[in-house]
Amino acid sequence: MTSAADTARAVRAGERRATDVLDEALAAIEARDAELHAFNLVTADAARAAAEAVDRAVAAGNDPGPLAGVPVALKDNLCTRGIPTTCSSRILDGWRPPYDATVVARLAAAGAVAVGKTNLDEFAMGSSTENSAFGPTRNPLDPTKVPGGSSGGSAAAVAAGYVPLSLGSDTGGSIRQPAALCGVVGVKPTYGRVSRLGLVAFASSLDQIGPFARTVEDAALLLEVISGHDPGDSTSIPESAPALRQHLADGVAGLRVGLVREFLGDGIAPDVRARVHQAAEALAAAGASVTEVSVPAAAYGLSAYYVIAPAEASSNLARYDGVRFGLRVDASTTPEMYELTRTQGFGDEVKRRIMLGTYALSAGYYDAYYGTAQRVRTLILRDFEAAYREVDLLLSPTSPTTAFAFGDKTADPMAMYMNDVCTIPSNLSGHPAVSVPFGVGDDGMPVGVQVLAPALDEVTMFRAAAVLEAAAPAAGPASGGGAG
Amino acid sequence: MPAMPERLTRDDVAQVARLARLRLDDTELDRFTAQLADILAHATDMAALDLAGVAPTAHPYPLGNVLRDDAVVAGLERDEVLAAAPVAESGQFRVPPVIGEAP
Repeated sequence: MTSAADTARAVRAGERRATDVLDEALAAIEARDAELHAFNLVTADAARAAAEAVDRAVAAGNDPGPLAGVPVALKDNLCTRGIPTTCSSRILDGWRPPYDATVVARLAAAGAVAVGKTNLDEFAMGSSTENSAFGPTRNPLDPTKVPGGSSGGSAAAVAAGYVPLSLGSDTGGSIRQPAALCGVVGVKPTYGRVSRLGLVAFASSLDQIGPFARTVEDAALLLEVISGHDPGDSTSIPESAPALRQHLADGVAGLRVGLVREFLGDGIAPDVRARVHQAAEALAAAGASVTEVSVPAAAYGLSAYYVIAPAEASSNLARYDGVRFGLRVDASTTPEMYELTRTQGFGDEVKRRIMLGTYALSAGYYDAYYGTAQRVRTLILRDFEAAYREVDLLLSPTSPTTAFAFGDKTADPMAMYMNDVCTIPSNLSGHPAVSVPFGVGDDGMPVGVQVLAPALDEVTMFRAAAVLEAAAPAAGPASGGGAG
Repeated sequence: MPAMPERLTRDDVAQVARLARLRLDDTELDRFTAQLADILAHATDMAALDLAGVAPTAHPYPLGNVLRDDAVVAGLERDEVLAAAPVAESGQFRVPPVIGEAP
């Protein structure tokens, strides 16, 4: 399919009409989404109105913007004014937000055409979309496998070729892991790079919105559009958007890249490990110096995360009580109404995390769990900062395995959580990371390699991503390894 | 660093569910107790770390107090906000009685 960059160029030049581009996207969705269920909702009428406005602007000699006529899918935890926003939860049944998320407004201002809301694990809690109240999304490359999660619908919408771009949110790997499992590019920007205003909060100190794309250039284009300071988000970093695309061809000659020792152990499948080593060789062949480095505290990331994220979630999700929006289960008193609404409105994973967080924050356990986890977070930040004094970028697997089958990990929450062991530390540290497709595993399914960078250095991170994209091996078994 | 507590009990989970306004039946209580205890048991590996003198991090990118300009800006439309409520009346959210019988 045509890249977002090429589509925008053609639409701005008047060579293609946005309405024709949209028709192709809607036809692709119509042809396959009953099977894949990437979308919770396709907003065809609103999309048509937006595409017509783009075409009118071009006809009038105006520039609709850098994403002119590009169809984009939105994770269904991004607020869209007047359009249902469900977080794939029953508890938001019928809710239509009274405002647009900042990223949604920025996309519209850049000429993009939002085509619908994509499926996710309920409130972005999960790694497979199996926690959606509306049923899972299927992996477009093998519909018997999960697409990853929580942004599985956004990853699948791009991997299936419906749209060239989508937005997800990443709290512990929820963009990068599904990108890896679906064979697309997925970016978690530096915390604070992209406004969270209008992103339904899961864990506020970890959540970050970012792009999915089929190419590194398209991911850069989308990130440039959504980045930048927003006075409406008090955690938004007062920096302008980074100029990523002009450096994509700069290469990695002279850069120092560290392979993270803690992420290449027994917990990582051998075929995935082989691809990561092959990616390291590709960077070395392009002139980078590659060494092994250690980020010791990162090995404790999962433990710290499963205290901090549920603690923040238990607080954020207290607002769902049947009073102001969404579901209300009627009862004769307000306290009973709260309880019935929350009990019927939330699924099991959300309940688990609310209870875990409530426990970790409760009197007597606060210091032991939450206090400890926050101190471990400090160690993780320090260890990353120490590593970045020796190297410019870090390299690791994105996910320990390729896409797994439905039901494989639903009975054991810890087994599901292990999916995010390599991605969680960047959320705790706030640093940016990108997953780039790099060949396939023994099962023929995509492998993603992760490039990690210091805070606000997305430019260098994207340079390495571009080199890896160009060097990525074609389909073929990985276990021979190291053939570079 | 404070010691990690003993393994989570069924009573702990029942109490936490009450605090979080969730109702669990007996089967759920058993299942959640086992699952939550496993997750918390995994977290005890942090006890191996020397955290003496380590300050907690609440937020990855420290920013000072963030204040906007003191200028009048439009807020959300009240009617649009109330339209999203399960029950609204006279420009307000309506809830069942909070204490005791209905008036």
